[in-house]
Amino acid sequence: MNSSQLLGVSTLGFLLASMLYIGALIFRAKTASLVASILTLLTFLVLTGGIGLRWNESYQMGFGHAPLSNMYESLVFFAWSIVIFYLILEFKFKNRILGAFAIPFAFVSMAYASFAKGINQQIAPLIPALQSNWLIAHVMTCFVGYAAFAVACGLGVMYLLKSDGKKEKTTGLIGTLPALKIIDDIIHKTIVFGFLWLSVGIITGAIWANSAWGTYWSWDPKETWSLITWFVYAATLHARFTRGWTGKRIAWLAIIGFISVIFTYFGVNFLLAGLHSYGSS
Amino acid sequence: MKKKNPIQAFFASVKLTLFVLFMLAILSIIGTVVPQNKPAEFYVEVYGANMAGLFQTLDVPDMYSSWWFTGLLILLSLNMVVCILERFPNAWRLITMDNLQMKLQKLERMGRRGLFSSNMSVSKTTEVLKDIFARNGWKFQQKSQDDGTLLFSQKGTWSRLGVYAFHASILIIFVGAMIGSFWGYKAGVRIPETTSTDTVYEFGTNKPIKLDFEVKCKRFKLTYYETGMPKEFRSELAIIENGKEVLAKSIVVNDPLSYKGLTFYQSSYEAYQKLLVTLKNNETGVGKEFLIPPGEEIPWAEEKVSFGVINKQMTATPGHFRYKIWFNDNNGEAGNFWMEEDSTSTFQRPQATYTITLKEFFATGLQVTKDPGVWCVYFGCILMILSLIVAFFFSHRRIWLYVSESGQGSRILMSGSANKNKVGFDKTFAALTESIQENEYMEAVSGQ
Ligand code: HEM
Repeated sequence: MNSSQLLGVSTLGFLLASMLYIGALIFRAKTASLVASILTLLTFLVLTGGIGLRWNESYQMGFGHAPLSNMYESLVFFAWSIVIFYLILEFKFKNRILGAFAIPFAFVSMAYASFAKGINQQIAPLIPALQSNWLIAHVMTCFVGYAAFAVACGLGVMYLLKSDGKKEKTTGLIGTLPALKIIDDIIHKTIVFGFLWLSVGIITGAIWANSAWGTYWSWDPKETWSLITWFVYAATLHARFTRGWTGKRIAWLAIIGFISVIFTYFGVNFLLAGLHSYGSS
Repeated sequence: MKKKNPIQAFFASVKLTLFVLFMLAILSIIGTVVPQNKPAEFYVEVYGANMAGLFQTLDVPDMYSSWWFTGLLILLSLNMVVCILERFPNAWRLITMDNLQMKLQKLERMGRRGLFSSNMSVSKTTEVLKDIFARNGWKFQQKSQDDGTLLFSQKGTWSRLGVYAFHASILIIFVGAMIGSFWGYKAGVRIPETTSTDTVYEFGTNKPIKLDFEVKCKRFKLTYYETGMPKEFRSELAIIENGKEVLAKSIVVNDPLSYKGLTFYQSSYEAYQKLLVTLKNNETGVGKEFLIPPGEEIPWAEEKVSFGVINKQMTATPGHFRYKIWFNDNNGEAGNFWMEEDSTSTFQRPQATYTITLKEFFATGLQVTKDPGVWCVYFGCILMILSLIVAFFFSHRRIWLYVSESGQGSRILMSGSANKNKVGFDKTFAALTESIQENEYMEAVSGQ
């Protein structure tokens, strides 16, 4: 058994879990959502095993490093972070419907990593600039933040589906979603969590750059985009804390913020050039 | 409320904050789409002469240090400073106020409150209550008031400072960045192996900067993975002051050398078509270092020896070569043999044994940074993370208990407030209510 098999199984697992969560939402089937949760947990364990195995394999190839060094590995870690974040959320808020808006992100990330053109799945040794523990800290913290923002975006979509002008839709399929007040509260908490991790991510990235190149900030497109994302969420938090924005406007900001995350992550690699361009292979 | 003057009101408004944050987000995009700091011809070529002219007028090619971007950052800072100054006194008052001065009427109307009755006297009830709360970590101050006793306890008081420390941390980072840009510089230098220099060249201007010590590159070493990818660039550096070596360190990318406020980073290297050879006569102990081109006969006059490198082959390791050495010391026939680079071999001649080492000759490329502001920036970063945690996850919670005489026993009013995470505080409050009721001499009259 090797890591790529486990990662392949995980992709499939998240596909099934996504379908079950969405099915459970549509058909209001409690059992399906329970099965979805169990499947998500199991797949998460398989994925964790796969990442661990890949780590181990890199050591057996003689140049061991944490599996966080290229686009493929970061997408896999992104999926992992989304799932663990979601599972904690599900446990904390005792609500399985959220899964329909979160686990599909994990599936898309895994599927994109596995099937998109131009994404190299090989375990490759690290070029000198990437040989740093700060890099590991940087990637992990950023992606935990991104995972929270992905879930916040899913919840934002959920909020917009549920809200009906100034009122709340209470009938039909959408009526089974949690109350708007609850969704709003979870969106806010999720953004706060993500903002903290993104801040740590930007800082560890700056420390890494300073130890590798002697410049903690060089306005390269990736850095700048992570800062743009940070500004968007900072504005969101201010709008809420000091101007009392809630509801739809925050839901939209959660979605806009995540678009900025996606652009930081992909757009910069594929559309713009810069220091981080090694991440594109 | 005092009337504010319009300028202060403008700078203190959080609407301005939202505007500036969104503007920064949107304008920052320009510099990620238009490549920065390219020569002027580049912009003409890519965007046409008119557009390029407009770009130059608006400083787009170096937008992050343009007047308008800097202006926006200054506006952000001013906004932050004015806003903080305006709100801080109130926060400070809430932190330092004497909560035992709180008016009883206010406690009767507070959002979270509960009413209990007790069969015990006021003083006995007070003692029991203090005991119950102490078990949950609430320590009370008390004072007699009217015909009862007022107790007060708070947690997380200082968390009110979190949000101020956070905004201050942004300013501290700005200050650090400014210190760096005024009193620091970035420069580069190329040092061939075995040589030293005391001059580096500023980036951009190429202006020479003289250091008050010398940096020596003793050795540079390049290693490869089996795939042929570079694995490590390593320079053995030394700092030489007044002719003495005061510090030696082997640096790699991600592990620089710092000395007297300057930091030397491994940034590049240059290969020459030359070899660095050391030869030693083991009998006499005399040795010498040579920098030689391949394919030439090199004399070592003192030892009456001549030698040369006459062939080169890749070994099984990518990027790693072996060399064929020709050697003649006029004792017996001239000899030749293979040796790998970066290795030492000893060979026997009729009159003596010799030791030879050989490696390819490189110059290391170093980036030299002087940044006296970096500690300020790092301090700001640490403060930022700690203060975010405080601002997000801690709240100032206050609880008052007013115990007064009532018939045979006492009446207890419990009131509380929290500045954040009200849901969490409700739970705490409910738990405390519970533990009061658990006491057999006390019971709830009403709760809210
Ligand atoms: C333009 C200058 C800024 C001003 C005037 C400003 C003002 C404020 C104010 C008044 C609050 C509410 C404080 C309170 O609870 O009483 C606040 C909260 C906050 N600000 Fe700012 N801010 C500025 C810039 C920033 C920036 C650039 C960031 C980060 C990117 C930021 C992050 C935050 C956060 C995270 C909070 C929420 C803290 C909390 O209450 O839990 N602020 N800000």
